[in-house]
Amino acid sequence: MKPDDKNIQWVKEPQLGLSGRMYLGPLFDGLTTTARHFFKTVRGEGMTKQFPEERPEFGNPLIYRGVHRLNKDEQGRVKCVACFLCATACPAHCIDIIGTGAPWPDREKYPQSFVIDELRCIYCGMCEEACPVDAIELTALFDLTGASREEMIFDKEKLLSVYDATIEKEPMRSRSRPPQLTKPDPQDK
Amino acid sequence: MQTWLEPLIKIAVLVGALQGAVAYLVLVERKVAAYIQDRLGPNRVGPWGLFQPIADGLKFILKEEIIPAGADKALFLIAPISILATATVAFATIPFGYVIPAGGGEPIVLTIAPGLDIGLLFVFAISSLGVYGVVLGGWASNNKYSFLGGLRSSAQLVSYEIPLGLSVIGVLLFSGSLRMETIIERQAETGWWWFAVQPLAFLVFMISGCAESARLPFDLPECEQELVAGYHTEYTAMKFGMFAMAEYQHMITVAFLAVLLFFGGWHLWGLAPYTAGNEVTWLGAILRVIVLSVKVLLMVFFFMWIRWSWPRFRYDQLMDLAWKTMIPMGVLSLLVCAICQEFLDPNDMISRCVLGWLSVAGCILWMALSAKQPNRMATESNRP
Repeated sequence: MKPDDKNIQWVKEPQLGLSGRMYLGPLFDGLTTTARHFFKTVRGEGMTKQFPEERPEFGNPLIYRGVHRLNKDEQGRVKCVACFLCATACPAHCIDIIGTGAPWPDREKYPQSFVIDELRCIYCGMCEEACPVDAIELTALFDLTGASREEMIFDKEKLLSVYDATIEKEPMRSRSRPPQLTKPDPQDK
Repeated sequence: MQTWLEPLIKIAVLVGALQGAVAYLVLVERKVAAYIQDRLGPNRVGPWGLFQPIADGLKFILKEEIIPAGADKALFLIAPISILATATVAFATIPFGYVIPAGGGEPIVLTIAPGLDIGLLFVFAISSLGVYGVVLGGWASNNKYSFLGGLRSSAQLVSYEIPLGLSVIGVLLFSGSLRMETIIERQAETGWWWFAVQPLAFLVFMISGCAESARLPFDLPECEQELVAGYHTEYTAMKFGMFAMAEYQHMITVAFLAVLLFFGGWHLWGLAPYTAGNEVTWLGAILRVIVLSVKVLLMVFFFMWIRWSWPRFRYDQLMDLAWKTMIPMGVLSLLVCAICQEFLDPNDMISRCVLGWLSVAGCILWMALSAKQPNRMATESNRP
């Protein structure tokens, strides 16, 4: 770009008026600005949230993507049918399922072990999208911490306990009804 | 009471109060900074963060002391001691109240060295020695940033001593004494605080005092942006703590001087100086201490306030301000005061007041009309 380009707009620095050159006005402006903020914060209208005591507000916790949970059905059994769709969909390969024959008559398989590495997870929510029985969901728990890597690898019991801890506030987001082996519902997708 | 006991008690009280004030001023500074920036500041150690200074002090004492391998050991150790010692000794002639009754005897003056005729001169002499701590600390650290900080601060502190001295001479002329007690009494007698009568001197004093205590618009000796931390870069643990304490003590000294010289010290309308018919009471004594402390705290708050309001100076601007603006303004203020003292009635404060404010207005107008317009961006002349 050449300096005489027609597209260049040359801007002049604004000239200081007499009051600006007397310094007093600008100095006073600075003082009033800071004083306004000072008293605003003194009155308790500051921006800071005292995080561990004051929880942040969510727009809609039902669409937040935090820690996973494994949903339970009405009889308290794990809903998962060990179909591996979530593990297949997972771009971070953080879900590890060992399926085995289900002891119950309404499904073929159930997860003997269901492990999610919460450190490896990228919280994209693809597992939730993929699940055909709404067994895996992402909750609004966002402040997950742990003292070791091992602690952050969640097994089936822990994921079920997340369900127990969050079901009160976040009801299940059921999109489909439980699969029935004998007689499929025509409305079921 | 024994003659040696009285000053000892006063020293203990003042030094204790000073160290406590310094510790808590750090908290106040952090709180003020936080509030101005819409934050809350320290609030985890104790209610409202009130035990934060104790935690800070413990940390300073328990941290590892490091002396750099290339440092000049003796000077490196002397520097923080000298800067803190001078900052503390400067309080010897500063009154922290008026008098308290002493059971029938002569009332006790609330100054460590009462009635010292060189009062103000002593404060300036001792607090100027503080520059040795800065220069020695910067030089002994064997660090280029420290060295630059030391150099800068020596030039800055020496330059601003001159307008600082010029600005107080007017006060001395009007008060007729260097004794701090007399300066306050004179303001209390006339009922005029010197800032109203000599606004130009007050302006010069505040700007130079701010520069002397190296507070933020003038923090070039230790500016983090350019010099890491300036002269105390290499200092750790309590040695660094001593530098920090000295900095706050300097600020308290300047605030005290501003209040004593320009805001009437313990005087508030209704609190008169004691005469023969005016009994010394405990109530009056405590009221005066409170009035003085509140004034000093307000002044300290003002220093903290401007720290977060106004931009810093570049080094050449700092020197320009000292030599081309502050010194001529100090001389003008001195001239006006001298003319008033020579030709006006000693009790004619209103004419002095008018002349003083006229000189301020003249200075500001002169500054505004002689200021160059900024010409750094594209203008007609450098456009191709």
